[in-house]
Amino acid sequence: MSEANSAATLTGRFYDLHEHDHPEGGSTMLGFWIYLMSDCLIFAMLFAAFGVLGGNLAAGPGPKDLFDLPLVALNTSMLLFSSITYGFAMLAMQRGAKAQVQGWLLVTALFGAAFLSIELYEFAHMIHEGATPQRSAFLSAFFTLVGTHGLHVTFGLVWLFVLVVQVGQRGLIPANRRRLMCLSLFWHFLDVVWIGVFTFVYLMGMLR
Amino acid sequence: MTSPDQSWSFLFGRLTLDSLPLHEPIVVATFVAVMLGGVALVGALTYFRLWGYLWKEWFTSVDHKKIGIMYMVLGLIMFLRGFADAVMMRLQQAMAFNGSEGYLNAHHYDQIFTAHGVIMIFFVAMPFVTGLMNYVVPLQIGARDVSFPFLNNFSFWMTASGAALVMASLFIGEFAQTGWLAYPPLSGIAYSPSVGVDYYIWALQIAGVGTTLSGINLIATIVKMRAPGMNLMKMPVFTWTSLCTNVLIVASFPVLTAVLALLTADRYIGTNFFTNDFGGSPMMYVNLIWIWGHPEVYILVLPVFGVFSEVTSTFCGKRLFGYTSMVYATVVITILSYVVWLHHFFTMGSGASVNSFFGITTMVISIPTGAKLFNWLFTMYRARIRFDLPMMWTVAFMLTFVIGGMTGVLLAVPPADFVLHNSLFLIAHFHNVIIGGVVFGVFAAINYWWPKAFGFRLEPFWGKVSFWCWVVGFWLAFTPLYVMGLMGVTRRMRVFDDPSLQIWFVIAAIGAGLIAIGIAAMLIQYAVSIINRDKLRDESGDPWNGRTLEWSTSSPPPAYNFAFTPVVHDLDAWADMKRMGVPRPVDGFCPIHMPRNTGAGIILAGIATVCGFALIWHIWWLALASFAALLVAAIAHTFNYRRDFHIPVETVEETESARTRQLASLQGAAA
Amino acid sequence: MVAILSNPARALRSALALSPLALLGGCDWVVMNPAGDVARQQADLVIVATVLMLLIIVPVMALTIWFAWHYRAANQDARYEPDWHHSTQLELVIWSAPLLIIIALGAVTWAGTHLLDPYRTIGRIDAGKAVSATVKPLEVNVVALDWKWLFIYPEQKIATVNELVLPTDRPIKFRITSSSVMNSFYAPALAGQIYAMPGMETKLHAVLNREGLYAGFSANYSGAGFSHMRFAMRGLSAQGFDQWAAGVRAESGLLDRAAYLELEKPSEQEAVRHYAAVAPDLFDAVVNLCVRPGKMCMSQMMALDARGGTGKAGGFNTAALTYDKFGREHVANVAPGALLAAEKWVKAMCADNSPTAALSQEWRAPASVSPLRGAGIARPAQSRPTDTLSLAPAALDRAAKSPLS
Repeated sequence: MSEANSAATLTGRFYDLHEHDHPEGGSTMLGFWIYLMSDCLIFAMLFAAFGVLGGNLAAGPGPKDLFDLPLVALNTSMLLFSSITYGFAMLAMQRGAKAQVQGWLLVTALFGAAFLSIELYEFAHMIHEGATPQRSAFLSAFFTLVGTHGLHVTFGLVWLFVLVVQVGQRGLIPANRRRLMCLSLFWHFLDVVWIGVFTFVYLMGMLR
Repeated sequence: MTSPDQSWSFLFGRLTLDSLPLHEPIVVATFVAVMLGGVALVGALTYFRLWGYLWKEWFTSVDHKKIGIMYMVLGLIMFLRGFADAVMMRLQQAMAFNGSEGYLNAHHYDQIFTAHGVIMIFFVAMPFVTGLMNYVVPLQIGARDVSFPFLNNFSFWMTASGAALVMASLFIGEFAQTGWLAYPPLSGIAYSPSVGVDYYIWALQIAGVGTTLSGINLIATIVKMRAPGMNLMKMPVFTWTSLCTNVLIVASFPVLTAVLALLTADRYIGTNFFTNDFGGSPMMYVNLIWIWGHPEVYILVLPVFGVFSEVTSTFCGKRLFGYTSMVYATVVITILSYVVWLHHFFTMGSGASVNSFFGITTMVISIPTGAKLFNWLFTMYRARIRFDLPMMWTVAFMLTFVIGGMTGVLLAVPPADFVLHNSLFLIAHFHNVIIGGVVFGVFAAINYWWPKAFGFRLEPFWGKVSFWCWVVGFWLAFTPLYVMGLMGVTRRMRVFDDPSLQIWFVIAAIGAGLIAIGIAAMLIQYAVSIINRDKLRDESGDPWNGRTLEWSTSSPPPAYNFAFTPVVHDLDAWADMKRMGVPRPVDGFCPIHMPRNTGAGIILAGIATVCGFALIWHIWWLALASFAALLVAAIAHTFNYRRDFHIPVETVEETESARTRQLASLQGAAA
Repeated sequence: MVAILSNPARALRSALALSPLALLGGCDWVVMNPAGDVARQQADLVIVATVLMLLIIVPVMALTIWFAWHYRAANQDARYEPDWHHSTQLELVIWSAPLLIIIALGAVTWAGTHLLDPYRTIGRIDAGKAVSATVKPLEVNVVALDWKWLFIYPEQKIATVNELVLPTDRPIKFRITSSSVMNSFYAPALAGQIYAMPGMETKLHAVLNREGLYAGFSANYSGAGFSHMRFAMRGLSAQGFDQWAAGVRAESGLLDRAAYLELEKPSEQEAVRHYAAVAPDLFDAVVNLCVRPGKMCMSQMMALDARGGTGKAGGFNTAALTYDKFGREHVANVAPGALLAAEKWVKAMCADNSPTAALSQEWRAPASVSPLRGAGIARPAQSRPTDTLSLAPAALDRAAKSPLS
């Protein structure tokens, strides 16, 4: 043991003696990302179920009888636009423009609501024609996959409105910025899932 | 069950007076006993004015240590219930010969074996391992809490909520009569029209939310909150196995959630995922549920592999042999656990190539598992082994688990599986690995970390009584099952024709009786230790000459765990610090930033329980109302921005100087 | 390897059967000492695999006990090296020893699994006798009902309940299905089990070598009456079997569709029952869930699906499709107003709801096997007798039904 290796030095080497508060929420983005991956797995299961059951029409109507591609394309564009406008909200957040954030969030909500309305119209139309989730395994898998995505969008909308209020109340404080980032991830994630739905369910359904 | 009146059925759904199992004397007696016990407990808590204490210090606590202990208590309570089911099965099977129907009818018996499996896996083993990880991991990595402390509290209460629903099914309605994985079409609405399967579904869904969130939480904690210097290859092995376990949880529980949601849709909406007609595929359910189910096996066993690693190196007084290969073995097991699920149903008629593929992948898992066993073995080589209870459990595990592993690999040979599948041999095999692995591991862990959690050791005499009763009882209870498996006796049977089998069932029942004594001895051990806690007091905080950071702080640790975050330079950081003779810092404290307690978790989980109950009984208005309430409560919680506070520096100083005096007096006594 | 090791394996097995433990209960280790050649080979595999693993398990257990004893804290004479924690040589051993065992076991598994694939015809009657090319296997159709077993003998045109009678030394081909939930068809003395699943057909090939009375049962829990879902399996000589079949034919009782629907209703502890005659195609109708008149067969449904369904018009037509979605054999009512033109068409198509006769697609066992290499076994697809895979509904139906392969 040399002189330099005195007790105090040792303590300093093995303990963080000048520790500061850790910034709050340091793990939030990682945690939320892991959550999204677990959610992604739920969608993966629903895609798998659709993959297995998608051809089981039970002597009923098939994709070609039911899907209206122009309508779905319109629907898709609504969701894609909502992602762009959410991006504008995030840019506004970077600039610290509170009112613009709220404004772009509301525009996003408008597109999201349009997406949901068109989806509900499509569902109502199909059910009216007898293509209910109970009719065949194909339709069960279709309604569950697309419906689960729709439910996610619905919860995203609720969350979005809550954030509009919270940003209004407290401004763009770090906690709110974190929440906006999380919702941003969530919203874009739903976009990606929808691309999958559009491709595997609608486009490939028409080709089948 | 007919509803007498439309308005009543609107109010109560399917719930009527007939739903109470008043015609089952066993259930009524249990109900009376539980009620008397419950009234006594509530009375005692009220008399001693403990409600406020419990609420403030425990139920709303976000301290990972308290949540960990609550998980362990939940696991222990449910363990007693699950074991009572086991004893009832053993008695029934020992009695039902020569035309006797035994004492349980099919309706009751079929619920018991289903409940036994569900409870033991989801509400005993899961809370036990989650509780251990919750308690130990932040301490081992030198952190002050987990990443998301509120979420941790919420996860616990969701698990408790699921357990509450399973317990409710005992007295209100019935539980599923399908076996613990509820294969359709049997679990479909056509063949199980009553509430049993719905209890199963909603209990697992609610508890599953808790499990998934707790998995996310612990991954983030391990990735983000390790002490400075602790890179991945300096992490204690228990933390490593916890990391892999939580990766498995996050990557497999969503599968369970999805498959149960599809079964729910079939039962509630009339969709056709798993129906026989309209293009449904029951085989898809079996595949999907085992894609969750096999990783689940490793979710249970990996943490206890970590426990055994910590215990072995501590009680051998040396570093773990082959730390690196231990880590790689854990990671390999994690990955391989996803490519073996089909070995649970070789007999479904897949082609020979598919069956051989899954058989061989299963065998391949035994290579890293074998490597782990060798690592423990060679840690004992040239060691100085102290045979305290944790080490006794470890040696018992090593000797028991290899047999379970061997029969497991045997079952992975498809043609052998054709003759042994669903037989009592299979039952003996998985009890061999789950009791010999998970349960023994949890007992080792309880004996090992109890002094850390409470500041006093567990009394060894009753612990040893419990140990020998368990180990001998286990072999007495399950060897006959191996034997009967080779005699072609299948599982889940309620009555038997062949009188020559009875002797084996009687032996198995005696084994179960011995295990019951082992459990009683364990409870006595806890009670005796609590009563004699002053004699068993450990003031050093390091009663076993431990090697990892949890032993560097006091027992029980202060709310903030570490006044100063340790800096890690080597594997076995605390052993390193002891070897270097690092003096503990005694001044220069700062205020410590900590999360604030909240009642949101228990309130949300309470509402979720009501919602689940309403859905089970088709009480639609209540389901809607409680779901709305859940949403509102969750949103209201997000408006609470005051989630943290600072422990004032005076409090830290006071706590730490008390600790300094304690250590000084200990050293004085030693000198 | 199976073949090489089967002799010592047999010796071990008899040792096991004669051990005092077995004598204690005077019990029958039927899984290890079966009466059928397939089960015998499976039992041999159990022994081979166990012995292979004991090669490593026994030393590990011995070392555990030895180390635990020798290095106990009280023994101060034992060497203590607190810093010894790595050895490359040892690491190599502990990874490669299990690896070698698993390579050996994996080879045995690959060969054994293909050799004993229940979907393949069997190649030998017993260890010493190959199946001659001319012999036609006896076909038995098995239906798991709630909670009893129905056995249909298409060749003899008879049926039995809860009694399976088999001729010895003749290959038997089981076609297996279930009427409601999953069961598992298992007679330990004969061969390993295979699931019986509703709306699907599984296969099992086996042979019984010894006459006698054996037990069979469902090995997969199937509801309240499961414990009693057992059947007697009797092995008779070829001559005895023919006499028995003739005897059954002389009895009365016709198993037509109506009688089947009556039999199908849940019941427990059914006595043995014989039917002197069976409606042709009954088994195929059971597999296709279309025994009840007016139901569309699965094969017809799948053929329609393969053509893209029946369009929007087919949306409301569900009566002919409903089997047990809402309960056992529920007869669904069609909503008035939902009667569309297409429904009549579908109904008309299903008026005669007889499933098309199944194609013969045996997976023949090759004449000579060299199980040691696993390579001696031809791939099933190459050994099909006919390559005429017609696109008949039944073929589609079967393709869709063979799970995961």
